[in-house]
Amino acid sequence: MFDWLTEFFFPKQVSTFASDIDNLFYFIFYSSLVLFLIVVIGMVYLSIRYRARKDEPLRLTSSKDHSNLLESLFFIIPLILVSITFVWGIRSYLKMVIVPDDAIEIKVTGVSWFWTFDYPDGGQTLNELVVPSNTPVKLVLSSKDVLHSFFIPVMRSKMDCLPNRYNVMWFDATKEGVYDIFCTEYCGTGHSAMGAQVIVMKPAQYEEWASELGADDDSIPLDELGARLYTQKACNTCHTQDGSALVGPSFLQTSQMYEQERVFDDGTSTVIDDNYVRSSILEPQTQIVAGYQGVMPTYQGLLNDRELDALIAYIKSLNGDSQI
Amino acid sequence: MIENEKQNYLTHPKGIMSWLLTLDHKRIGLMYLVSGILFFFMGGLLALGMRLELAAPGNDFISNEQYNNIYTLHGAIMIFLFIIPAIPGALGNILLPLMVGAKDVAFPRLNLASFYIYSFGALFALYTIINGGVDTGWTFYTPYSTQSSSNVVPMTLGIFIIGFSSILTGLNFIATVHKMRIPGLTWYKLPLFVWALYGTSLVQITATPVLAITMVLLMLERFLGIGIFDPALGGDPVLYQHFFWFYSHPAVYIMILPAFGIISEIIPVHSRKKIWGYKFIAYSTLSIAFIGFLVWGHHMFTSGQSVFSQIVFSFITYFVGIPTGVKIFSWILTMYKGQVSFTPPMIYALSFLFLFTIGGLTGIFLGAVALDIHLHDTYFVVAHFHYVMQGGTIVAFLGGLHHWWPKSFGTMYNQTIANICAFGVFLGFNGTFFPQFLLGLRGMPRRYATYSDQFVELHSYSTFWSGILGFSIFFAIVNLFWSFVKKNKVDPGSNPWGGMSLEWTHTSSPPHPHNFETDPVFEHGPYDYDKVIVEKTYKK
Repeated sequence: MFDWLTEFFFPKQVSTFASDIDNLFYFIFYSSLVLFLIVVIGMVYLSIRYRARKDEPLRLTSSKDHSNLLESLFFIIPLILVSITFVWGIRSYLKMVIVPDDAIEIKVTGVSWFWTFDYPDGGQTLNELVVPSNTPVKLVLSSKDVLHSFFIPVMRSKMDCLPNRYNVMWFDATKEGVYDIFCTEYCGTGHSAMGAQVIVMKPAQYEEWASELGADDDSIPLDELGARLYTQKACNTCHTQDGSALVGPSFLQTSQMYEQERVFDDGTSTVIDDNYVRSSILEPQTQIVAGYQGVMPTYQGLLNDRELDALIAYIKSLNGDSQI
Repeated sequence: MIENEKQNYLTHPKGIMSWLLTLDHKRIGLMYLVSGILFFFMGGLLALGMRLELAAPGNDFISNEQYNNIYTLHGAIMIFLFIIPAIPGALGNILLPLMVGAKDVAFPRLNLASFYIYSFGALFALYTIINGGVDTGWTFYTPYSTQSSSNVVPMTLGIFIIGFSSILTGLNFIATVHKMRIPGLTWYKLPLFVWALYGTSLVQITATPVLAITMVLLMLERFLGIGIFDPALGGDPVLYQHFFWFYSHPAVYIMILPAFGIISEIIPVHSRKKIWGYKFIAYSTLSIAFIGFLVWGHHMFTSGQSVFSQIVFSFITYFVGIPTGVKIFSWILTMYKGQVSFTPPMIYALSFLFLFTIGGLTGIFLGAVALDIHLHDTYFVVAHFHYVMQGGTIVAFLGGLHHWWPKSFGTMYNQTIANICAFGVFLGFNGTFFPQFLLGLRGMPRRYATYSDQFVELHSYSTFWSGILGFSIFFAIVNLFWSFVKKNKVDPGSNPWGGMSLEWTHTSSPPHPHNFETDPVFEHGPYDYDKVIVEKTYKK
């Protein structure tokens, strides 16, 4: 019955505990609304009722400055309301921290500025968390560099990712679909672009997907695979394909400068070729393009050889595309 | 009380050195006020820059790096250079000795030293801005702050230095309240603004050293590579969060308690009514100051601290809520059977009640652990603390400025313009920050330079109203200072609102260089509107 209200205030409810948390919100909201109206109506009424009239002489005013009944009420009613809020908040919280035994465990790693997900049966995805519906999923979170925080609004859940210890969160998704993930702990230049998606599939579909994960994409041409990797591996967070500079140089610029000299911030330069692109992906800190900050993390271990070849082919193809 | 008009602290003695080396608390207060307002404008311009960028998604106005610098400087300037030092430093300095009937604060030289320490620290902050900014957020969370190549060290050094100014001012105020009251002015006869400054000072001298130590450790880590907070060196980033919030939560009360004090003065005076529940307001000030030290963990509900800590911190958090709520009811009931005038200070006080109630109630949402996990680090939190800091503290500060302006500076501003600006602040503020509650509930994270299309409508709405808010505050303050230019002087003996505390009844406007011509004699309490009629006098 409050569906339209939930749509107004919140994103969809997708986890099992989302509705409980939303109901806690409504409880506090309506209690606050009542208290707020008492304050505002009391304030407006008293200030107008006892306003100083024009040319009214100053007089001695009432010495009333306390009322045991009113003060007890002001103390007791909020006390009851916050007690309920506190207990409700804790009970719902316990549901969010006690992970069911049969949960599947996925490792989440925050890296500036993308997310990687390692699945229980092997295989890894980048910026795409794939989970089965109606199954408890336990996430073990950590970070490779600075603090990040993993936030899935539709699940009403969030947890910080620390570089030196593991945090845990879990959810049980009730509806299939594709939903937003945000980073909510400030982590530098790319913080606002450090988004990802959670894809909730039917369990059978998930099984099928998981078994195919890691299988080679041999059938796809290299440049098409590269185009797919460009978004899948979060290259697009920092590198555009239209020539404009973001955190890093545009891929189009690199493509147009193929076989030409590129100058680095230490004054050295090199000719852009396949080996340069490969080493820029795997060892980005060794050569930093002049005018940019050396903030890119290494992709060592995140890309196999065919995927590296695919990205190189894709970057080279950009120049040709733009000339058409 | 009318005497030679020329004998006031603003014109006597003369000369630039008489200002730079002054030991007069009123002059020091005025210098704090001017520098505080300059930083307030600077922080405000940065905020408008941020809102402009956020009017639409994408980087259409500034880059991510610039945005990160701007939001960091906005927070750091507003908190460390304006709200924390300027309100006790300006209004507290000018009024505290007058209210207790003293010639000056207990240690006038220390008072001047505080101002210079504050200025010295502010230079580091200005250097940071000129040298390219700092991009860590005002919270300086590690390990980002130990790795960032921006000006973390100058900024934290500035904050470290300004901390000493806070401590010394707090010490001075505590000694003044204890030792400088005139005979007959017992604790329960003190104006509540004095109680509020006393509570604030206690927090300043006890909490600020923790911030200072944290900043020193951060600098040691950066300079010497000692692993304290950075895991790469063997440190722990969560330890930093504990240290930081152990200061920064009490700092919230350094910011809001003086505002409570201002409201406790404005409402009884402009309602001509004895304040409701004097002792409760006085004691709740101290208890809020104390409980404020025990709730820092509620800033860390998603950091992975133990379930037991989460429960304890959530529980204690509500103990701040209850006395604050009773205070709000006390202020409202003060108007009962009074004679309420809708003067500019009163309009600000009433909008404080409206805005601070929203700020306080939304704190209840954030105190509930399960709900906070969804709302943590979203725009809901941004809206909440702006309702408390700006809707609460800054609106009260503006109200206090309008209330004590004719007293402190002997000139009267245009009251119609002041009322219009007060309405503008109220509307602009709600228009700017209310949509941000919805943004947060819908999942918009804070500290984002760009955002996805689903949030456009609310963001552009917020930006539109922020312009109105900015204009209103700017003109409200210009209107105050314009009274100097127009030389719209009030009579030296004037008491435009009919105030009953010593600064209204026993000093001229602006006050004499030594505050009181003769030793003031305590005649009636600050809120005895049921016993004595004090006439409102403005001009002959």
